[in-house]
Amino acid sequence: MTIRLAAETPWYDLFSRGARDWLRHNEKVRDAVKDTLPELLSSADLMTGNGSRTVAVPVKFLEHARLRLADASTQQGAGQGRGEPGDVLQPGREDGNEPGQQGGTGDGEIRFMVELKLDEIVDWLWEELKLPELKPKRTATMDQAEYVREGWDKRGARSRLDRRRTMKEAVKRHAIQGNAAANGSVAVAEEPISLVNDDLRFRQLVKRPSPATSAAVIFALDVSGSMDEAQRRLAKQFFFFALQGIRRQYAKVETVFLAHAAQAWEFDESQFFQASSSGGTVTSSVARLALEVMEKRYDPARYNVYFFYASDGENAAEDRDEARSALAEIAGQVNYSGYCETGGVATFRPRDTQLAEIFGELKTTGLAVGTSHLASQDDVWNAIREFFTEQSKE
Amino acid sequence: MTELEDYAGRIEALAQRLGMDYYPVDFEMAPASLMTEIAVYGLPVRMPHWSFGVRYIHQLVRQSMGHSKIFEVMFPGDPCRAFLMDGNSIAENALVTAHVLGHADFSKNNQLFARFHAMAGGNIVETAAAHAHRIQLAIEAHGVERVESVLDAALALEAHIDVGGELHRARYPEFLAPQKAPAESQFQSRFRQLPGTAAPTAQKSGQIRAPVPPHPEYDLLWFIAHYAPELEQWERDIFLMVRTESFYFYPVFACQIMNEGWASYWHARLLREADFLPQPLYLSAIKAHSDVVRPFASGQQTALAINPYHLGFTIWERIVERHGIERAREVRRDEDDFGFIRNFLDEELAKEAGLFVYETRPGDEIRVASKDISAIREAILAPKFNFGSPRVSAAELKHDGSLTLAHDYASDGRGLEVNRAKRVLDYVHRVWRRPVKLATANDKNEAVELAA
Repeated sequence: MTIRLAAETPWYDLFSRGARDWLRHNEKVRDAVKDTLPELLSSADLMTGNGSRTVAVPVKFLEHARLRLADASTQQGAGQGRGEPGDVLQPGREDGNEPGQQGGTGDGEIRFMVELKLDEIVDWLWEELKLPELKPKRTATMDQAEYVREGWDKRGARSRLDRRRTMKEAVKRHAIQGNAAANGSVAVAEEPISLVNDDLRFRQLVKRPSPATSAAVIFALDVSGSMDEAQRRLAKQFFFFALQGIRRQYAKVETVFLAHAAQAWEFDESQFFQASSSGGTVTSSVARLALEVMEKRYDPARYNVYFFYASDGENAAEDRDEARSALAEIAGQVNYSGYCETGGVATFRPRDTQLAEIFGELKTTGLAVGTSHLASQDDVWNAIREFFTEQSKE
Repeated sequence: MTELEDYAGRIEALAQRLGMDYYPVDFEMAPASLMTEIAVYGLPVRMPHWSFGVRYIHQLVRQSMGHSKIFEVMFPGDPCRAFLMDGNSIAENALVTAHVLGHADFSKNNQLFARFHAMAGGNIVETAAAHAHRIQLAIEAHGVERVESVLDAALALEAHIDVGGELHRARYPEFLAPQKAPAESQFQSRFRQLPGTAAPTAQKSGQIRAPVPPHPEYDLLWFIAHYAPELEQWERDIFLMVRTESFYFYPVFACQIMNEGWASYWHARLLREADFLPQPLYLSAIKAHSDVVRPFASGQQTALAINPYHLGFTIWERIVERHGIERAREVRRDEDDFGFIRNFLDEELAKEAGLFVYETRPGDEIRVASKDISAIREAILAPKFNFGSPRVSAAELKHDGSLTLAHDYASDGRGLEVNRAKRVLDYVHRVWRRPVKLATANDKNEAVELAA
C-alpha cells in the first residue's frame, strides 16, 4: 500500500478556501456595517484625532439561515454519564429569562471587531451621498519647490550616506578583488570587509516644483448659553465630516477653531467642543477674529479657505449690521462659507433668525455661501450633501 | 517504504483475512490546514460560500482551544479516499488506517451508501471538485453577488431533498393521463350495432394539464431547479450540484452512529490481532483509541451529548458478542441509525452506558428527565429525522408563477423559527423571482403564512 503525500496532489494548491470564504464573509459584514453607517457614526466619537485613526465596531458573525423548528419551551437531548431522573446537571440562572453571559453553545456567540479606517468611512459616505469632489481655487494653486530623492553619487553630505548601498559596493569590490587573488577558491570573508572612500554612496536630492494644494478651514462655533449639548454635537458632526471631505481634496489642511459668546477666542481642537460661556451672543466678534486669523496666517490668495459657522441663530440685535459687514467680508475672500443653524424641530420659529437672514442676504448677492438647518442626525448628511454639491458647482 | 506504509499494508492483509470487503482505499497524508478545511466543507474541494468561512473560523477557534482534533477523513467511493493527518504519530495513523478500513467496509456494504453509490458513481471527491470549478466559472461569468444569491438559497435548502427518492428523476408528466372510457355495458355495445345511428364522434377534449406539483414535493432543490419560472441554466445547474452533494451527505448523516461504531469496532479488533505491531506502538494506538471512544471528556462525570463513536462501538461489540460477526454484517447491510438504535440499543445497554434524557428549561436549568429506553432512543434520533430539518414541501405552483411552500407543523410538533424562516424565504424569493409564501404555525400552533 502506498500513502501519498498531499503535496504531490497538485490541485490542493488551488485552495486556501477557508480563509478565502472568511474574507468574503468579512466583506459582507463590512457591507452590512456600511449600510448602517450613519447610525453607527452618530454614536461614535470621531471628531478628534487625525484621519488615519480607525474605529472598531463590534459585530456578530453573519448567519446563513436555515429552516428550523421554533424552540420548544423545554428542550430535550440525550446525554450520558452519572445521573438519575430529577438530578440537576446545571443550575438555572436566578432571573429566568435574560440570556446568560457565557451561554456560548450556540452559533454566532463569538463576536469580533471590524476595524474601519476613518478614511474608508468617509469614502463610503462620499459614495453613499454621491458627493462630488471640491474644486480648489485656481489662484490658490502656486508652485512650491520640493526636494525629492533621486539617485546616488560618490560625494555628498555625510547625513545622506546610504549605508546599505555603500556596503553593497564594498562587498562587490571585495568579491572581485578576493576572486582575483584566490583564483576561484571559495574565500568566505572571515575578516570584516574594509571600506574605502570609493565605496561610499550618497543619496542625491533634486529640487522639483510641485503644485501646492493647501487649505485652511476655519470653524466658528457659538458657545453661548443658548447652545445646548445636543446642538453642539450636531455642529461637531457637521464640522467633522466637512473637514473630512476637505481633507480628501487637499494634501495639506490646516484648521482653526474659534468659539464665541460675547467675545471670541481661538482654541485648539481638543478644547474646542468643551468650551462654553454663559454670555450673550455677538457674532461680529468671531467674524472679526476669523478675518484677523486669515490676514495673519492664511492669506486667501495662497490658501483655499473654508469658513464654517454654527450657531442657533440668535444674535444680539445691536450687532446686526456689524456682523453683516464682517461676514460679508469673509464670504468675499474665502472659497466658501457655510452657516449651519442648530435647533430642535420643536423650536417654533415665526421667521428666520437674524443670522439666517444675514446669510440669506449674502447668498442672494452671489457669494459662495450656504445655509443649512441641523435639527437631527439626518440633517447632518443633508447639510454635507448640500455644501459639497454647491461647492463643486462653482 | 515508510514504517507507516509497512504497517498499513499488513493491517490491510489482516483485514482481508478477517473477511472485510471494501473498494480499494487511496490514502493521502495531508497537512493540518487541509484537514481543517475538509472538516469545514465536508469535502476536500467544494464550492465557495461565505457561510463556510464562518464555520472555518469556528473550527479554528475550537481547534486552538483543543476541543477538536481531527484524526482522519474518509470519502466512500470506488476507490475510497482517505486523508491522514501528517502531524499525527505513527501509532495514531496506524489506528486511523484500520479505522478507515472499517468505514470502507461499511460504505461498500450498507444499502443506503450502496444506493447513493449506484446513483452518483463512486467519485464524490472529483465530482465536488468539478462542481467547485463550474461555480468558479459562473462567478467569473456572472459576478460573485449573483452566484452567491443562488448559493444562499440552494445551500439553505441543502437538507431538503427527498432522501427516499432518486437522484436522477424526470419532470412530472405534463398532462394528466387520458381517462379510459368506461367499459361498455352489454346494452351499449348492442345499441351501437343498431343500424341507422352514426356513432357519435368522440369529443376532442384535448389534453388536461397536470397540476404542479401533483403531490406535495419534498425535494425542494429538485423542484426549484426544474420549475422556477425564471431560473437561468447556470443557476439551475448550481441547484442540482448542491443537490447531488446532499445525496452524498445523506447516508453519512443517517448512519453516523453505526458507521463510526463499525469503524471503531474494526480498528480495535485489527490492532488487537495485529501481532506485528511493536508493543509500545500498540499501546499508544490503544491510548488514542480510548481517547476517541469514550463517552465524555476526561475528568468529567456527564456529557450532554452522545459520542457516536462510543455508542456505536458499544452496540456493535454487544451484537458481535451475542449474535456473532455474521449477524453483525447483516445489520451493517440493512440498517441505518434509526433501525440500529431502535432494534439494538436495549435497556441493559443503555443502563450500562449510563444514557439518559435531559431537559433544558427556560432559565437554562438542565435536569435529567428520564431513563426510559424509548425516550432515550427518541432523544438520540430526534435530531436525525428528515436529514435534521423540518418537513417542508412545495405545495402549489400557481399560474402567475407564485410558489407556496408548506411546513408539516402537525407532524413536526411545532412551527418554524420565524426569523430564520423569513430569511430563507428571502433567499428563495431571490431565485424564484415571483412571490413565494410559506405556511407554518406560530408559537400558539395556529396556521400562519410568511411571504416574500
